[in-house]
Amino acid sequence: MSYTAGGKTVEADEEGYLTNINEWNEDLAGEIAKAEQINMTAEHWEVVNFLREYYNEYQIAPAIRVLTKAITKKLGAEKASNKYLYELFPYGPAKQACKIAGLPKPTGCV
Amino acid sequence: MAKIPYAVPTLDKLPTVPALKPGAMSELKSYVAVAAHQQPLGFPGELVENWEQAAVAKMGELLGKYKSLRVYLDICVKCGACTDKCHYFLGSGDPKNMPVARQDLMRDIYRYYFTPTGKTLGALVGAKPWTRERLDDWYNYFHQCSQCRRCSLFCPYGIDTAEISMAAREIMDSIGLGQKYCNEIIGKVHKIGNNLGLPEPALVNTLEGLEEDVLDATGHAVKFPLDVEGADVLFVTPSADFFAEPHVDGLIGYAKVFHQMGLSWTMSSYASEAGNFGMFIGNYEQMRKIALRIREAAIQLKVKRIVFGECGHAWRVAYAFLNSLAGPFDFLDPRYPVPQHIMEVTRGAILSGAIKLDASANADKVVTVHDSCNIARATRMGPEAGSQFEYPRFVLQSACPKFIDMHPDATRQRTFCCGGGGGLLTDELIDIRIKGAKPRVEALRDVVEQHGVTHMASMCAICKSQFTKVLPYYGYDMGMVQSVHQLVSNAILLGGNS
Repeated sequence: MSYTAGGKTVEADEEGYLTNINEWNEDLAGEIAKAEQINMTAEHWEVVNFLREYYNEYQIAPAIRVLTKAITKKLGAEKASNKYLYELFPYGPAKQACKIAGLPKPTGCV
Repeated sequence: MAKIPYAVPTLDKLPTVPALKPGAMSELKSYVAVAAHQQPLGFPGELVENWEQAAVAKMGELLGKYKSLRVYLDICVKCGACTDKCHYFLGSGDPKNMPVARQDLMRDIYRYYFTPTGKTLGALVGAKPWTRERLDDWYNYFHQCSQCRRCSLFCPYGIDTAEISMAAREIMDSIGLGQKYCNEIIGKVHKIGNNLGLPEPALVNTLEGLEEDVLDATGHAVKFPLDVEGADVLFVTPSADFFAEPHVDGLIGYAKVFHQMGLSWTMSSYASEAGNFGMFIGNYEQMRKIALRIREAAIQLKVKRIVFGECGHAWRVAYAFLNSLAGPFDFLDPRYPVPQHIMEVTRGAILSGAIKLDASANADKVVTVHDSCNIARATRMGPEAGSQFEYPRFVLQSACPKFIDMHPDATRQRTFCCGGGGGLLTDELIDIRIKGAKPRVEALRDVVEQHGVTHMASMCAICKSQFTKVLPYYGYDMGMVQSVHQLVSNAILLGGNS
């Protein structure tokens, strides 16, 4: 499959994860989110931006606990749960948020 | 992706045999591996041109190598005992998900090419030659088998459908028709060391974060050691334990147990995966290569023991095959089993008083347990028969004041697969994963309604991920799913040891 944003078409795999993570930009993230039926709020962007920062450093998405801790620091203690992340990304913060952030899908027993 | 409107089955009272729905699951196909997933494992990048002959040749090779495969294909008497024992059949009603029908997909081809009657009488004796449609059926239905072996428990001849489905996947890989989910993951283990593709710096960062969290929560400096040469115990756990919830809460539990026992232990960044997907695809070489990482880590780190974390298929490979795949382990301390299950370690520590659990920490819960298929039907956790059932129950009953078992037709040896095992824990198979969970959820609903059960403990990374994903489709909260050692983690008393 593919996404189109800003007049440019970008390739994705059969599940909608970008084939080349370097082609990601914020407009494209908006398009992917639309396909996922997610309305991007400031909180969604906090998660997506953190995922990208972490990925740039470690070449993998952060573990859920690392993510919840980072989001808590940014958004406050009441947002300190996996459950809150699932409210933002109903198909799972790891997979759905990674897709919107342009990152590869976490694989394995997850 | 919003919640997708899959046809979630209506729960029945156990046991209910569904009405047949021929072809209900025939279109459900997991993603096919591309060349980038296939070639690093030595498989053809795409379906080879002469695939019919190549598949027959491979089947001939396997029939020569594995006598059991030929026996299983020869001896079925079509008694029907297995038909209503598969969770995927019970959930989907698709007759090709009856174990005998799944076996027949291979049996038909076997008869045509390998038996005298099949060669001469053909369709009269159920022998069928390769067609593209039959290959597609193989691909779809051998990836709707979680290799849980519940059917073989009820087969009077002991025919093991898992072994047939492993052989089928091995044949398909050899002709270039592999499954993306399994083969991409195996490639990551060879390259990075674990199913997730979690590189060492990320692992270090994650474990440091856990040390901070536990210190904040308990005031105790519980360590999560990595690559410590000279440690006594090499601890190998599924990489999902580093990454997902409730898995990571189990990892915290293991660390607290080791801490409180005063045990010297380490994990390895090289062997940072307990799971062995080589078994799912029936490929001995892949299974061996993955298992050898554990041996190499044990030698490099100069450990005396190997202990495995909560992981079902991992424990089957470890318990049943590790020694033949990667042994001999004569360099380890002979006083301990090789390998040992964390449940045996924790049980022993409770019995000896090395750790103390305050069950009132879990007083808000009524807990049941999901026996993982490969642990239940292929392994033990200690020397005694049935230890794979008794040890986790002992640990849970020590950690929780209220424990209730589910129906005997759905526990212990008769346990149902979670619906996501054997290489099916992938998003595109969510439809059959939901349906396959039906028998387990029925048994769970029974104890929820009758005994007020609030939580279901699990001892396998796949089960934990599968249940957190599919329970909500049946109206249950994902938080019901707990790691066994998460409950231990809540209850363990830290400090006070010398």
